[in-house]
Amino acid sequence: MSALSVGPTGRWMRNMETLDVKGLSCPLPVLKTKKALEKGHNELQIDGNSQVSLENVSKFASSQGFAVKTLKDNPNDWSIVINK
Amino acid sequence: MDKGKWLMITTGVIIGCLAVMLVAMGNPANMGFCIACFLRDTAGALGFHQAKAVQYVRPELIGMVLGAFIAAFSTGEFKGRGGSSTFVRFVLGIFMMIGALVFLGCPLRDIIRMGGGDLNAVVGLAGFIGGILCGIYFLRQGFNLGASKSDNGSQAGAYIFILTVVGLLLMLVFRFNINPSGGGPLFFSTAAPGSQHAPLWIALGAGLLVGVLAQRARLCLSGGFRDFFLIGEKGMLLAYAGIFLAVLVLNLYLGKFNLGFAGQPIAHTNHIFNFLGLFLVGQCAVLLGGCPLRQMILGSEGDMDAAATVVGMIAGAAIAHNFLLASSAKGTTNLGEIVLIGGIVIVSVIGWAYREVDA
Repeated sequence: MSALSVGPTGRWMRNMETLDVKGLSCPLPVLKTKKALEKGHNELQIDGNSQVSLENVSKFASSQGFAVKTLKDNPNDWSIVINK
Repeated sequence: MDKGKWLMITTGVIIGCLAVMLVAMGNPANMGFCIACFLRDTAGALGFHQAKAVQYVRPELIGMVLGAFIAAFSTGEFKGRGGSSTFVRFVLGIFMMIGALVFLGCPLRDIIRMGGGDLNAVVGLAGFIGGILCGIYFLRQGFNLGASKSDNGSQAGAYIFILTVVGLLLMLVFRFNINPSGGGPLFFSTAAPGSQHAPLWIALGAGLLVGVLAQRARLCLSGGFRDFFLIGEKGMLLAYAGIFLAVLVLNLYLGKFNLGFAGQPIAHTNHIFNFLGLFLVGQCAVLLGGCPLRQMILGSEGDMDAAATVVGMIAGAAIAHNFLLASSAKGTTNLGEIVLIGGIVIVSVIGWAYREVDA
């Protein structure tokens, strides 16, 4: 859940919601992303570990009008931020 | 059109063409590829069931595993992982096979049968889509078999599946036989359809190509319909259209197209159980995260849960023939009908039991 923490500048900042889809079978990574977005999040970090889930989650986020930013992109360890 | 869509269409068309080619070179009619039938034949060849008509180590399956392994390994996607309700997946694999053997084919053969003019396959497709919708219902309720893990990063377990398949290939090539009087460990049909097959190296090569393509395209015969209903994603449906049209056009060209219900090769006309057979397959495929073909490909990428599902399908084939559940061209069996309906109930209970509390 979102919470407040002290950022690098010493000011309060809101933590980004993170979704862990590591090891989940298809189509749960996409389904969980969909559910998280339906809760009204405009920004979400998603961590996963299979290329298929990265492709599917990125495609779904783009289709919903979200921009996809890659934080980490190894074949079996990835992390993206989606926002709009 | 983007690269992904072209890959889907190309994969579908190549699989469709290879399917017709394999039949022309010796495979049973409308059975260029069938994951369920081929696993059933392989189970028979290993003596797990004694149905003399369906015993042969299908090289197409061996090629698929090796092709998918090569594709996954070369892209860095091969990774050992497992531990997501493995035994439940094994059991779902058993039921997925029983459903396929009551219908007489996996979803891939269903499309190939439609391309040959077999209208029973259209009934099967309706059942398959029904089963997928049933599976989606459980997904929406929060169905989740849990996350798989890579544990300490060892790849040893992932190689077991690959090495087993290589061992099977060597046994097939050298016709390994340590019991000349009794036969075995490999048994081969001397009558149809187990005796009907394309030359070994051609079948192996065709499988290899399909394995590479299916791994790269993430081909899944249930995933396309599932994602269409779940999130409106249509990409995978292009692959289905590619398979169907390639098989249809080539069958028409070769004069093998035969439209109708009756007299179709290795098929029966019991509409209710053609529908329910693939209904069970669709239901299991959605809960497992992929159709029989996809389970083979995932197993070849290091997914040990998928490998366990494939072994479950082999066990399901043995059960289906030893308990006389499998249909034949003559029709379904009474026990097959009862177990199929029981299977739909049991798989539904699993679907309901494994719903996760919304986090």
